[in-house]
Amino acid sequence: MSDLTTRGGASAPDHGHGHGDVPADDLARPLYEGPGALPAADIPHRPRRSDFDPKAARRAERQVSALFLLSMLMVVLFVVAYVAIDPYADVYIPMFGVVGFQTFALGLTFGLGVFCIGAGAIQWAKKLMPDVEVVQERHSLASTSHEDVEAAEQYERGKEESGFAQYKIIRRTLIAALALFPIPLVVMLRDLWSPKNGSFGPSPVELLSTTAWVEDMPIVTDGTYVKIRPEDVPVGGLVSALPENIMEIQEAEHNLNARGKAAIILVRMEPDEIRAQQGDGWDYQGILAYSKICTHVGCPIALYEHRTHHLLCPCHQSTFDLADAGNVIFGPAARRMPQLRIGVNAEGYLVAKAPFAEPIGPSFWERG
Amino acid sequence: MKGLVARRRNPIVASMLLLAALLGVGGVYAVATTAAPAEAVATSDQTAIDEGKRLYLEGCSSCHGLNAQGTSNGPTLIGVGAAAVHFQVSTGRMPMAAPAAQAPEKPTDYTEEEVSQMAAYIASLGPGPAIPTAEQLDYSDADIAEGGVLFRINCAQCHQAAGGGGALTNGKYAPSLMEATPQEIYEAMLTGPQNMPVFGDGTLTVEDKQAIIAYVMDLQEAPSPGGLALGRLGPVSEGLFLWAGVMAAFVGIAVWIGIKAR
Repeated sequence: MSDLTTRGGASAPDHGHGHGDVPADDLARPLYEGPGALPAADIPHRPRRSDFDPKAARRAERQVSALFLLSMLMVVLFVVAYVAIDPYADVYIPMFGVVGFQTFALGLTFGLGVFCIGAGAIQWAKKLMPDVEVVQERHSLASTSHEDVEAAEQYERGKEESGFAQYKIIRRTLIAALALFPIPLVVMLRDLWSPKNGSFGPSPVELLSTTAWVEDMPIVTDGTYVKIRPEDVPVGGLVSALPENIMEIQEAEHNLNARGKAAIILVRMEPDEIRAQQGDGWDYQGILAYSKICTHVGCPIALYEHRTHHLLCPCHQSTFDLADAGNVIFGPAARRMPQLRIGVNAEGYLVAKAPFAEPIGPSFWERG
Repeated sequence: MKGLVARRRNPIVASMLLLAALLGVGGVYAVATTAAPAEAVATSDQTAIDEGKRLYLEGCSSCHGLNAQGTSNGPTLIGVGAAAVHFQVSTGRMPMAAPAAQAPEKPTDYTEEEVSQMAAYIASLGPGPAIPTAEQLDYSDADIAEGGVLFRINCAQCHQAAGGGGALTNGKYAPSLMEATPQEIYEAMLTGPQNMPVFGDGTLTVEDKQAIIAYVMDLQEAPSPGGLALGRLGPVSEGLFLWAGVMAAFVGIAVWIGIKAR
C-alpha cells in the first residue's frame, strides 16, 4: 500500500504532458512494464489524493474495510431477523405504510449486505488500485490464412477417416433418417383437434369460431349463476353473465375454455341512446349483450362507462362504443366487439336468441 | 233510501260507524307506513324537504336546473334517489369545484343533517334508491370469500383486484376503495355514480353487496406483507417504479463508478 503511494507521489510533479509526449519516467511505467503490459495513454494524468497523501490512503483503506465490515454485520443481522422476528408481525415504515416486519428486515439486511461488498470493492478500485489511463488496441477478427488452410485440412481428413464418401449405404440411410425424424412433430399437430368419442372432434377453427351460446339458452349471472329477468338490469346497469349450462360443460371438459369463450356482459341503456346494433332488434328493451373478450388479444373486459357507453380494455386501452354496434373507437383492436342477440323466454328470463354471428375474441389465421 | 234514513238511529249503526272509522284510520296508517319502508324518516318530513330545496337551489341548481330537471351542465336528478345524493354530497364529489372529466372526492362543508335534507328533497321529486338501512349495511355475517369472487367478477375490472382503483377513458378514473365506507360502497353499487354502472339488487342481491363490502373492508385492514404496495395498482406501478426509481439509482451508481477519484 505504501509502496504504491510512494511511487504515485514521486512522479506526481511530472503530470500534465501534452499529446504524443509520454516521458519514460511516467508514473504508469513502473507498474505496467513487463510482458502483456499496456502502454499508457498519452493524455494528462492527474494523481489522486491517496496517491501522494499517506493519510488519505489510510482513510480510503479504512473506508473500504468499514464497508466490508458493515456487510458482515448485515449478514449477522439477517440471521437474527430470520430467527427472532415474528413472521406475522407488522411494522409501520414511513412512505411504505404498514408492512411485514420480517420481510422488510430481511430485504434491508440482505440488500445492504450485498451492496456493501460491491461498494467496498468499487471504493477500493477507485481510491487505491492504479488508475492510470491505458490504451488497449483493437485487433482484426478475421482468421489468418494459416488457420484457414488448417481448417480445410481438418475437414478433408474427417471426410476421409469417417468414410462418409466411401460408404454409400450409410450415407443414404443417414440422410433418410434425418429427413424422417421431424414427422412425429407434425403428426402431433393432430392434437389440435380435441378428440370426441375416439374420433376427430371439431377442428381448431371450429373451436375458435363457436361458443356455448345457442338459441334459447338462458343467461345467468357470473359468480352466483342465477337467471336474469329484464327488470333486474336497470338502465346504466352492468351484469357479467354466462350461459346457464356453463358449469356442466366445464365439468365435462375439465377446463375453462368454454367459460373463456362464452363470457358476456349485459348493459342497459335508454332505447333511444342506442345508435346502431349489429342486427335489427338484437337488444331487449335497451338491454344489450356483448362478448366480454377483447378482440385484440383476448383480455376479459368489463370497464364500462355507463354515461359514455364506452367499454375500455385495461390491457392495451382498446375502446369500444356499445351504443354504436360495439365499434372500435380507440386502441389496437381491429374488430368490433361481437354482439349476442337476446330476448326473453316464456318464463320471462333473458335468453340468447341465436349463437354469436361472428367468432369472438382475437383474430386468428383462418378467420378471414 | 227511505228505509236507510229511518234506520240510522238504530243503536247498532253507531258501533258499525265506529268500527269502520277505526278500520279506515288503521288501514290508511298501515298503507302509509309500509308504502315506503326504506325511506329515511327525514324524507317524509316536509320541513326537511323545504330546507333541502333551499340548499339545493343554493348549491346545485346552477348545473342541475331549478327543478332538478337537468341542464347542459348536469344531468337530471329526478329519480336518482336519496342514496345518490348522500353518496355524492357527503363525499364532497358534489357540488363540483370546477367542470372536469370527473368529480373527485374532497372535504365537504355540508353537515350530515343538510345532506339528509337535500336527499329528502331529491327523493320527493321521484322514486329512487333510498339511503341503505343499518340492517342492509350490516356485513358482520357476510362471506368474505364469496365477496372476493363477486368483487373480482364485478368490480375488479375498474377498481383493481385489491381495490386500488384505476384509469378509465379521457381523464376519468375508478377511485381507490381504501378509504370508502360500507355506506359509500353500498350507495355506489346501488346508484352508479358518474360513469360507474348500476349493480341492481336483481343481479347483485343485498347479501351479495354485503359480501363485497366485507371483502373491501378486509382489504382496507390488510397490511402489505411484501413491502411497498405502490398503490396496489399491480404491474404498471411496479414497472414504473423499477424503471423510474430503481433505474435512476442504478444510473447514479454507474456514474459514481465512472467518476475519477480525486
